[in-house]
Amino acid sequence: MTVIREDFREILRLVRPGARVLDVGCEDGELLELLTREKRVDGQGLEISPEGVAACLAKGLAVVQGDGDRDLDHFPTRSFDYAILSKTLQQMREPRHVLSELLRIADQAIVSVPNFGHWRMRLSLMTRGRMPETRALPDPWWSTPNIHLCTLRDFTDLCEDLDLRIDACAALTNGKPARAIDPVKGLENWRSESALFLLSRRAEDRPDAVPTDLFGEVALPKAEAPARPKRRGKSKAAEQPDLL
Amino acid sequence: MDDASPSGPAIGPQAIESGGGTWKFPAARPLRLDSGATLSPLEIGYKTYGVLNETKSNAVLVCHALTGDQHAASPHPITGKPGWWDRVIGPGLPLDTDRYFVIATNVVGGCMGSTGPGSTNPETGEPYGLSFPMITIADMVRAQAMLIDALGIETLFAVVGGSMGGMQVLQWAADYPEKLFSAVCIASAARHSAQNIAFHEVGRQAIMADPDWQGGAYEKAGVSPSKGLAVARMAAHITYLSEAALQRKFGRELRRDGLSWGFDADFQVESYLRHQGASFVDRFDANSYLYITRALDYFDLAASHDGILAQAFQKARGVRFMVLSFSSDWLYSTAESRDIVRALNAAGCRASFVEIETDKGHDAFFLDEPQLDATLRGFISSAAQARGLA
Repeated sequence: MTVIREDFREILRLVRPGARVLDVGCEDGELLELLTREKRVDGQGLEISPEGVAACLAKGLAVVQGDGDRDLDHFPTRSFDYAILSKTLQQMREPRHVLSELLRIADQAIVSVPNFGHWRMRLSLMTRGRMPETRALPDPWWSTPNIHLCTLRDFTDLCEDLDLRIDACAALTNGKPARAIDPVKGLENWRSESALFLLSRRAEDRPDAVPTDLFGEVALPKAEAPARPKRRGKSKAAEQPDLL
Repeated sequence: MDDASPSGPAIGPQAIESGGGTWKFPAARPLRLDSGATLSPLEIGYKTYGVLNETKSNAVLVCHALTGDQHAASPHPITGKPGWWDRVIGPGLPLDTDRYFVIATNVVGGCMGSTGPGSTNPETGEPYGLSFPMITIADMVRAQAMLIDALGIETLFAVVGGSMGGMQVLQWAADYPEKLFSAVCIASAARHSAQNIAFHEVGRQAIMADPDWQGGAYEKAGVSPSKGLAVARMAAHITYLSEAALQRKFGRELRRDGLSWGFDADFQVESYLRHQGASFVDRFDANSYLYITRALDYFDLAASHDGILAQAFQKARGVRFMVLSFSSDWLYSTAESRDIVRALNAAGCRASFVEIETDKGHDAFFLDEPQLDATLRGFISSAAQARGLA
């Protein structure tokens, strides 16, 4: 029995059985294969490397060779239930555009991002005075594919800007079980190594919206709840000094 | 269907296994053409490789390109050369004849056994020549569907083709989606571009400018427009290769030391093209070349579906698609393949797409291209698994 990556395990929990799923940057198709087997999803991959595409095909997956930065524009609106982008948003040339495209193509997006606000990053930068090289982000600055790093706070701000609703969020720390969190809380911005978000368009009237306690522990504030930052710099969370 | 039986001796499973021949449809079963005309009696030249299984669920139709034919994996009867895709079709190969029953037909309008402009017009007793009706890619596919029907095959496990063969694959998906399990479209396009049409027009004009063409009635006159046909082939052949491949193969290499200071074939590339032209005329009919290039030019799958390509695939949601292109193919470029994939996505079809990195140009699909083989193998065998053929 192969070990299932922790973020994959969480994605597996989030996805409805039989859903239509687009996995952007699907690599060798491991996640799609898992979702197909466990949740009988109707899956489609998008992958740039020929090796990844070949591996997906050998697994019997539908995969289109393409680039998340360029080729999302060509997928029809709302053609999937979920668009998944796991651990590559920070590698996109235009993360903002990609994120909004994901939520044009699909009803919900599952996005994971490494948190540059994690205490190890901050400590490393403060003590060494150099770009941090950590377990989560091991490459030196001049060769890293991660060109658009952000903190949890940056990411929730972007969601706010794009008028996206955070339906669920879990912190992921290498190897440990996922932990449901409220990503707006300042403390999480210190202690989460990376986070997985389930997002949807807020403006939409969605009667079939999934419950907000998907991770079983924390009920996230509803879209209109006062705790949610309405606008950058004005919310309660943003007023809190990040240094605790 | 009863009336699908051949007019000649009944062809049972034994005859199918024996590897093909010419299927003669009775006059009562004409081919209805897009132009409104009908073609009767219809004959289809075909070859088969492998054995059709009990449930008739392992049939693969291979569609040939402009100048190809049914001899996909067996020696060509005229040239004696190996089949044009014997790298791909055979025991243990991606289209494994130990597992699949591979059928290759000669397109209608062709000159290798299927009814074409060189066939006898029953009304005159003479070769059709230009009295042969205009044909389309959809007509070719309709004729193939008649043969598949006649062979008693309800669903094709796969339909596979490159270039013009790829267009037939797309047409199959549009016209007979319920008869398809999977479809592979290689180095093709959903319509002919202005540039494609332009090159074909050069070829046709070369043929028609040859005095031996005789207004298409050259057979009756006992001549053949070989010069014109050879020039047509030479021009077309350039479009099948990339600039890089030509440069790599020939560069500015001369055939002998020094220039001839004349119009002999000084350069290796000239000699190569002349050879391509000269050997082509031995195996291909000039009028067939005119008719088939015209069918290609007329091809525009979106046009017959309110101008929206996705609509052509609306009913093909149950079909597994694989689209392949070659990075250096400028005849049917990657952009054209991507348009097909977008339309498939828009129609909600299950589609895969790979662009294969190669400098061999359009012809790469005939050549030794390991990534093509691996991709085909992966797609076909996983489809076979889904089909329960594993």
